[in-house]
Amino acid sequence: MFETHQFGLGLRKPHYRDFLDDRSVVPVDFVEVISENYMIDGGRPLDVLRRARERHPVALHGVSMSLGSADGLRGDYLERLRSLADMIEPLFISDHLSWSRFERFNSHDLLPLPYTREALEVVCGNIHRAQDILGRTMLIENPSSYVSLPGEMAEWEFLEAICARTGCGLLLDVNNIYVSARNHGFDTQAYLSGIPAARVRQIHLAGHSQGRELLIDTHDRPVPDPVWSLYAAALERVGPVATMIERDDGIPPLPELLAEIEVARAIARENLRRAA
Amino acid sequence: MNLAALQRDFRSWLTVEASDAAARFGEPAAPGLAVYLNNYRGQLMACLVQSFGAVRAWLGNTAFDGAAATHIDRRPPHSWTLDAYAIEFPDTLDALYPQDPEVADLARLERDLDLAFVARDAEQLTLPDMADIDWSGAILELVPSFSLLSVTTNAGAIWAAIESEQTPPAAATLDVPAVIAVWRKDYSPTFRTLDPVEAGAMFMLTDGRTFGEICAAIVHEVGEADGPQAAGSLLRRWIAEGMIGSIRSDSVSPPVAGIAQIKVLARHASATGPKWATAARQSAADEVPTIPANP
Repeated sequence: MFETHQFGLGLRKPHYRDFLDDRSVVPVDFVEVISENYMIDGGRPLDVLRRARERHPVALHGVSMSLGSADGLRGDYLERLRSLADMIEPLFISDHLSWSRFERFNSHDLLPLPYTREALEVVCGNIHRAQDILGRTMLIENPSSYVSLPGEMAEWEFLEAICARTGCGLLLDVNNIYVSARNHGFDTQAYLSGIPAARVRQIHLAGHSQGRELLIDTHDRPVPDPVWSLYAAALERVGPVATMIERDDGIPPLPELLAEIEVARAIARENLRRAA
Repeated sequence: MNLAALQRDFRSWLTVEASDAAARFGEPAAPGLAVYLNNYRGQLMACLVQSFGAVRAWLGNTAFDGAAATHIDRRPPHSWTLDAYAIEFPDTLDALYPQDPEVADLARLERDLDLAFVARDAEQLTLPDMADIDWSGAILELVPSFSLLSVTTNAGAIWAAIESEQTPPAAATLDVPAVIAVWRKDYSPTFRTLDPVEAGAMFMLTDGRTFGEICAAIVHEVGEADGPQAAGSLLRRWIAEGMIGSIRSDSVSPPVAGIAQIKVLARHASATGPKWATAARQSAADEVPTIPANP
């Protein structure tokens, strides 16, 4: 999709002023927002998003579509997201390979799916419906998970199957691969070899925390060295792609995140040099 | 286990910590299930803490967190937006603090300010827009963020003190319920406590009455001498404060109850604005003879 690498940041409230400053433009190629934060009727948040869109392409990244819900998707959610997408004309529109809602219960968390043929049917049906209503191809993100459910295929095989059946793309979260691999004991290189690399349009990079027994995907600290290493390996597979630093908690001053972007740029430059 | 059964079990684990549901995931899943449970409750707690800062300051962190935990136990979230989870918290506070009604009043005020923050944008009428208006049939359209909140306590004063980091006044129950108008001017939510005459006029306005009818009711309430000037002052104030989005003309409108009647209704109404408005509308329809529409 891209001839060259692209680099972006999450647009978060502590940095609104930086991104809207008329005297300078933050040196990123795109920004990403949490879709649900702007699926509202009006007010300042939407004004900020419109103004940010005048300066940068915007990726819409959702956390509540619940693509794995056994009882389907919510029509009102999809219509709201469609309205936002029509207004923003996003660079990407993405959500997670997970579920958060069942019947009238919504957990507001990204809960794990069993990688079974039944779940594959459910997820593909839901992606088809979402893409039909949105009028756009979605990117699906691999989740971090803390419970390994009995399944019939590996996560990367599941991702390959949904891409083949729905035409969707992938948002590859490299930190999530690392966290889940540590938690469940699979090989990160096998994961990278198994994904349909040509479908990867975007990469997320983030930090995590060590819990008592498991790694936790906290997005509250800098990208650690093992994740940078895995990013370099991922770029060898996927080529030029849009990469984003994802920080949702413990958000530092903007220069610290821009410094992380520079690390990503250097790794990508090295990747291109080797490929040449 | 099929997908629906798995999701049902996960829900039972998160909402009531059902051990039988957890057991079906197997013993190795226990640490991971604990992480998901912690994430679920932590996320909801953070939502309530963020949405009700003044209530938390008023109650103290420990009491607030206990109330929030009770709410999380009683009311699993059902909307796709976390913002909606804050809406029903005042009901839980009603149940937990029946002897301290300022707690739920304060929560409803914070909630309504948050709702105004993300309400639909609208043009705000300005005074120069008002030339050549037939006031007798004019209907004032409130901005979409506007709502009325009925309170029985001095929650407004408590909120203002906490917001400005002053020592809040002691909680006090009002002699008669007060009405607070909440709306957004530009991008800033705001509120103001209305006096009884203005509150009555506002309920008529939200009920779709013409400005002519509102003027007549104000004159009936405060007298021929002061009524017209009082109505004009209110109109100017509403427009200057950004409450009015537009004015439309409608020569046919339903019959109207007087402000005195609405004030009586207000005193006996429950604590929520919409019910009060409904009561006023119903009473007007029941008790006032129907006036034929103009031919």
